[in-house]
Amino acid sequence: MAEAAGVAAESLAGCRARAARTVLDQVVLPGEELLLPDQEDGEGSGGAGERPLRLNAAARSRGRVVCGPGLRRCGDRLLVTKCGRLRHKEPGSGSGGGVYWVDSQQKRYVPVKGDHVIGIVTAKSGDIFKVDVGGSEPASLSYLAFEGATKRNRPNVQVGDLIYGQFVVANKDMEPEMVCIDSCGRANGMGVIGQDGLLFKVTLGLIRKLLAPDCEILQEVGKLYPLEIVFGMNGRIWVKAKTIQQTLILANILEACEHMTADQRKQIFSRLAES
Amino acid sequence: MQTESKIRADSRTEPGPRGPGCSLRHFACEQNLLSRPDGSASFLQGDTSVLAGVYGPAEVKISKEIFNKATLEVILRPKTGLPGVAEKSRERLIRNTCEAVVLGALHPRTSITVVLQVVSDAGSLLACCLNAACMALVDAGVPMRALFCGVTCALDSDGTLMLDPTAKQEKEARAVLTFALDSVERKLLMSTTKGLYSDAELQQCLAAAQTASTHVFRFYRESLQRRYSKS
Repeated sequence: MAEAAGVAAESLAGCRARAARTVLDQVVLPGEELLLPDQEDGEGSGGAGERPLRLNAAARSRGRVVCGPGLRRCGDRLLVTKCGRLRHKEPGSGSGGGVYWVDSQQKRYVPVKGDHVIGIVTAKSGDIFKVDVGGSEPASLSYLAFEGATKRNRPNVQVGDLIYGQFVVANKDMEPEMVCIDSCGRANGMGVIGQDGLLFKVTLGLIRKLLAPDCEILQEVGKLYPLEIVFGMNGRIWVKAKTIQQTLILANILEACEHMTADQRKQIFSRLAES
Repeated sequence: MQTESKIRADSRTEPGPRGPGCSLRHFACEQNLLSRPDGSASFLQGDTSVLAGVYGPAEVKISKEIFNKATLEVILRPKTGLPGVAEKSRERLIRNTCEAVVLGALHPRTSITVVLQVVSDAGSLLACCLNAACMALVDAGVPMRALFCGVTCALDSDGTLMLDPTAKQEKEARAVLTFALDSVERKLLMSTTKGLYSDAELQQCLAAAQTASTHVFRFYRESLQRRYSKS
């Protein structure tokens, strides 16, 4: 029925609006249009150009479908704007239609509210710090946005320091603002990142993969050497181990993780563990 | 991540029985080959090869910023010598095509820069530049409302239509027409023509280009599917 609906929804010469359900986990290209499940039913029965009257419109499950990264609402359909795999997450509590998004591979970060990122302080002007987060503009960080900071007790932040914080304001129209405290006023791991260690950049997809709950890479890396590691959603990773050599080895492993298969990784880990 | 494809489209791209030479040359595309730009692609059409790099959405100078959309810049560097007027005019054509397709309103006060380097020129250069720019924009993750491709047609003195002409065919042709088409409805985004041709011939060339663009878009799809299948 989804196929019939797809064919019936052919509105443009040479272009089919496909049902989102049939394209899950497949590669979608910019310009494709996707139909949501509740539109499929309407299109399928209206294939001949007639729509049956529905007396109880509420019987159709009208969930609120969330349109995630890579998708835009276009009329009552979803327009794909980035190339990648289409993913879907079912709603947890039963209400709503779930989330659809496109898993794409990107290097450039665009600030999103609530993301935890690693920034580099580039300037101190008056009461705010300018922090480079890898986006199109530097984010602003107020000196009062640290745990225990008051007007008299200023935080010890210099130009060039690494900051781990989260965005409180991040949209396309305003300059992004970040803070190093959570909503209760506690640092919760955020703030200035300590001395030494190595900061390097990876793609955004790799960060998401490493931060997924079922990722084994981190556990394996932890078994190798004792280490401190901070992941920023803007593609930056800060890592620190006991010696410089171990730090560099860990940085190289994490950078290479993107292109290695699980077997190759296990081989490398076992070789390192022996030496 | 390299994909190659041989596309021979003899009878289908040719609207009338006009003789040989209506096939597209061998395509190849490689993505994510440069480490510094946010997106990069290399596109080969026969012996013509163009390397494209995309930076964006990045910081923009205050003098160039637009308050409600992204500033798109295209820089085209020829293989030898300094860029001249021909490069400037091609840059403008490519920029107009990209602006029609890129969703600049999602990134106001930023800049998206496309840098194109001609590696070798053996005919149909503008079409190859357009294809490379499109693949690089997709690789960079810049939001777009459709994909676009470039197709070149040449008309020689007896009216034979040739798609994707080589440098020699372009020089001997009476007219050379380049079209940029979008992937959603094969609509015309940009056209630039040189030479003498009639109205009917223009429509013929446009129809042939639209049919040829199906092959290009199929190649894009295969190339991108191969790239994502590795992860």
